[in-house]
Amino acid sequence: MLLEISGLNKHFGGVTAVKDISFSVGEGEIFALIGPNGAGKTTVFNLITGMLEPDTGSMVFMGKPLQGMKTHRIAAMGLTRTFQNLQLFGNMSVLDNVMAGAHLKGKTGFLKSIARWPGSAAENKRIEKEALKLLAEVGLEGQAGLPAAALPFGQQRLLEIARSMASNPRLVLLDEPAAGLNSAETKTLAVYLKQLREQGKSMVLVEHDMDTVMEVADRIMVLNFGEALAEGTPEAIQANPKVIKAYLGEDDQVA
Amino acid sequence: MKKNIALWIILILVFTAIPLFIKSNYLLGVLIVIGLYTIIVIGLGILMGYAGQMSLGHAAFFGMGGYTVAVLTTTYQWPTVPALIASLILPGLVAAIIGGPTLKLKELYLALATLAFGILVHILFNELKGVTGGPSGMSGIPYLSVGGLVFDRDIKFYYLVWATVLLVSLGVNNLINSRMGRALKAVRESEHASETSGIDTAGLKLQAFIFSAVLAGLAGGLYAYYVTFISPSPFGFHTSIQFVLMAVLGGLGTFWGPLLGAGLVVALGEVLRWAVPLVIPGAGGEYQIIFFGLILMLVMIIKPEGLGAVMNLFSKPSVEEVK
Repeated sequence: MLLEISGLNKHFGGVTAVKDISFSVGEGEIFALIGPNGAGKTTVFNLITGMLEPDTGSMVFMGKPLQGMKTHRIAAMGLTRTFQNLQLFGNMSVLDNVMAGAHLKGKTGFLKSIARWPGSAAENKRIEKEALKLLAEVGLEGQAGLPAAALPFGQQRLLEIARSMASNPRLVLLDEPAAGLNSAETKTLAVYLKQLREQGKSMVLVEHDMDTVMEVADRIMVLNFGEALAEGTPEAIQANPKVIKAYLGEDDQVA
Repeated sequence: MKKNIALWIILILVFTAIPLFIKSNYLLGVLIVIGLYTIIVIGLGILMGYAGQMSLGHAAFFGMGGYTVAVLTTTYQWPTVPALIASLILPGLVAAIIGGPTLKLKELYLALATLAFGILVHILFNELKGVTGGPSGMSGIPYLSVGGLVFDRDIKFYYLVWATVLLVSLGVNNLINSRMGRALKAVRESEHASETSGIDTAGLKLQAFIFSAVLAGLAGGLYAYYVTFISPSPFGFHTSIQFVLMAVLGGLGTFWGPLLGAGLVVALGEVLRWAVPLVIPGAGGEYQIIFFGLILMLVMIIKPEGLGAVMNLFSKPSVEEVK
């Protein structure tokens, strides 16, 4: 297994955000976390990427524990993420966003950058070429020179995913990639995610758009008030009475 | 920046030619000070405009550079070039030591911590009489001598300082267009996204802090060789404020900002020193700060990006204009 989470707990004061969550993600798998707002999905992402410390529980990525590691070290291991409220480098060009995302693929340090050390220009060219290729995959190569903040929202989402791919990670955590997209853009996104899976990427997907989830996810876990309600294939989840109850409410109240 | 090559050449020619027309040592002196401050503000610009970190204590690094040269060349009789190199290293080391805990602070707290650091160092310059000579300072600093070349006249020093400005500008231009420059801009835009892109944001901020301290130290070392006398008064809190003023007036994150900001503040200071007593008899230096405050307010209202942003209009449009 690529990522193994077991017995994860996180409290904020008296509120339990994540309660005893366990799941694992395999190579080339899209694993979806779904559930109502406030179910703890983003908190799980923050815990895995080192932005929050769990109270208890273990998180193992490629056989190595993630606890106590800084976010950038976790990224260097091949685990990165996107954000529900986009975190683009807004005043930087679309191309520079992806090139900054490829930071780990370069080696030129501070002093060598100042001296324009031999090899640093070639390294920059190589990173630029790879970034343009990634932009072409999401259809943004024509906008490479524009500031990221000038893109329409849907393209900003795609750009953030492209940036998260620039370091060539093994696993990407996608936090509501379809939020704010129209139906055409959502379809493009689903196609792109499946394409990434074919390239061997693994993904954990937090998403409210059920059509997208059911279409792309291999397995789904449903969270409710920080607890795991059910886990299984899209078909099994759709048929699960506990899930239906959590999403639609009690039968007898409908009458 | 390639489009600006013509601008570079014109500026180099202008700065080379200036001493041919200006015979006044006073004006040459003003230009030398502008050059020294430009070096400092370039470093501060990287720290504030790219890494997004405030420093209200950079006069301390400036002073450390100056005192390193003063102490090493007079008390310890070091040759002048090694002493100048030491004036880069010592502020860099101090920045490396205090930067770790200090840069963990954010915004106002960081400003306060650097402010306290600047005041502390200024007090040390005054009180460590055995080392620094206390408030009366140290004199007898030799002229800088590189090989057989002795920088004993203002015109030679003018060329030395502005050649250094050119070299530092080229280096910084390389930096901001490099992998590390991109990372610095990314940290300014979003720390979370930088971290998830594998950028060590704390390490990068520390590097920018050390770099800015090294440049301030370099300017301080050159200053000591220029004035050949050193005392604590030019390295106080008001100097730190002036550096920030220069950086902000010039425009953070712009290439021409440091030169414009340093030039404007120094020139304005000279003009005010002459003009204010004409209007208000007996007025001292404290009136300058009122005018600086007014100008800063005007710039923030009319062109908040600073004067350097006006220059950038010629090269590339800003986000707002693309929208």
